[in-house]
Amino acid sequence: MDLIDIGITVGKVVIIFGALMGMVAYMTLFERRVIAFIQGRIGPNRVGFQGLLQPIADAVKLLFKEDVTPAGANKFLFAIAPMLSFIPTLLTIAVIPVAESSTIFGREVDWIISDINIGILFVLAVTAMEVYGIIIGGWASNSKYPLLGALRASAQMISYEVSLGLALVGLLMVTGTFSMTEIVAQQSSFLQWNIFKQPLGFLLFIIGAFAEVNRIPFDLPEAEAELVGGYNTEFSSMKFAMYFMGEYAAMISISAIMVTLYFGGWQGPILPSPIWFLLKVGAFLFTFVWVRGTLPRFRYDQLMRFGWLVLLPLALFNIFITGVIMVL
Amino acid sequence: MYMAIFILFAIMSIAGAIMVITLKSPVSSAIALIFVLCCIAGLFALMGALFMAALQVIVYAGAIMVLFLFIIMLLNLKDEILGEDEKKVTRVFGSILGIAFLLEIGFFVRRALTVGSESLMYPVPEQFASIEVISTGLFTKFLFAFEITSVLLLVAIIGAIMLSKGEGKTEY
Amino acid sequence: MATLEHYLILSAILFCIGVFGLLSRRNAVGILMSIELMFNSANINFVAFSKFINPDILTGQIFSVFVIAIAAAEAAVGLAIVVLLYRNFDIVNIDKINFMKW
Repeated sequence: MDLIDIGITVGKVVIIFGALMGMVAYMTLFERRVIAFIQGRIGPNRVGFQGLLQPIADAVKLLFKEDVTPAGANKFLFAIAPMLSFIPTLLTIAVIPVAESSTIFGREVDWIISDINIGILFVLAVTAMEVYGIIIGGWASNSKYPLLGALRASAQMISYEVSLGLALVGLLMVTGTFSMTEIVAQQSSFLQWNIFKQPLGFLLFIIGAFAEVNRIPFDLPEAEAELVGGYNTEFSSMKFAMYFMGEYAAMISISAIMVTLYFGGWQGPILPSPIWFLLKVGAFLFTFVWVRGTLPRFRYDQLMRFGWLVLLPLALFNIFITGVIMVL
Repeated sequence: MYMAIFILFAIMSIAGAIMVITLKSPVSSAIALIFVLCCIAGLFALMGALFMAALQVIVYAGAIMVLFLFIIMLLNLKDEILGEDEKKVTRVFGSILGIAFLLEIGFFVRRALTVGSESLMYPVPEQFASIEVISTGLFTKFLFAFEITSVLLLVAIIGAIMLSKGEGKTEY
Repeated sequence: MATLEHYLILSAILFCIGVFGLLSRRNAVGILMSIELMFNSANINFVAFSKFINPDILTGQIFSVFVIAIAAAEAAVGLAIVVLLYRNFDIVNIDKINFMKW
């Protein structure tokens, strides 16, 4: 571990997180433009060419807003809740291999920040921590709609985490490893992608992923039609921006996980590997926006019934089928 | 470096534990407990038990504590409901018993370690954190305990549902 | 280099904090949380023994997996009882609930 190694690690962190933050910023614009297209509108196109400077304008606007703390709120928890929601979403990206290993300064550089051998468990652990930002934020606001949003978030996240984890069990049975790098290495050609070995598992995982990042049709914690803004009603200025960025970063990192686990990661022909990775992640991000433009929101009882009575049995069935196929 | 990280986690977990039992609001103490659990997960990782660290965060901090927070917020427990009175007797009794326990455990730890503290340091093998070894143990040597645990969880689920279902006061 | 002794002392301290909390807390949720603290100090012991005494067979870690499962069951049933107490008595103070039947 000399200076060059440290420099390479720092460089990797800076590049990967920089790219993630850039994607978060432009994801907001992308979502607004795509939603506008779906709804037959134009969307933001005034700030810069085709609205390309819109994220910067939004950020400046949010920065200069007044930072309000509601009366009776728990000040400490109110201040740290947005960070608790934002930081875990960034941590996920640390175990995802984003590109082919390359040689820099005569060293082999793996484009993954931390290649731990329990990568998938790390992802699950970090996903489990994401809910606290919402719960604590909703409770600390000392207001009824955020509290309702927080309650919904906690029940929803526990319910869907179960099927998310069980969907991964089928994948783990096929791959036999928890390491992200090895899982990518196993999917070297198109037909070896895990999506073809685990189609049902992938379906369950993507539904669980939508629920984990609180996107439509599972966005009950922030359902603006019923709960004003849900858990983030009382937040303003940069605190609100952090929740907002946290949601988008969660979307990007869960897309990156799906790409890595089921769609061969950065691997692909002709084009360089980071481009392939970005293209695949972009396809998933488009799916997120597409679903938002298409599907209505679940009702709360439907959400719970769907999670426990449909997803959970299907996840167990998937494990059973995978086991049977592997034995035969 | 190792020692510094250990001391950091140890101090944070002890401070968090003290907050768990002294803070008035149950939500605050639950959050302090989550902090303690994460620190303990850090200690597990420091010992090389990465699987246990991940399990600690996923199951303990991620599921059990969410359940705690859910119940606390659902019941909206305020001070008058908690009925935390200033009963000094239990507090004095608690501290005496706690300190006595600490001295006793400390004494035995001390004595056990002075007997053969050299022999306690085996080299840690490569596969210490291996999920494979843990699961092999679970499905062979401890299979019975494993299956019984699943029955226990089933019983707990049924018990929890039976206890908490229904509306209003229970009819006896 | 932290040795087994350090981990054992840490877990003893956490256990004693848990015991103190168990005895001084009056609300049921606080008591459950103190019990969780004690479970965790036991877990530290299991993993530390597994690492420092016999790192080859990992029995300690397997045991702490069981401890976590049991803690989950305990939390679920305990919190269900808290909900029941709240619904029937509007209070979760265990001192006020000192009769078996009425």
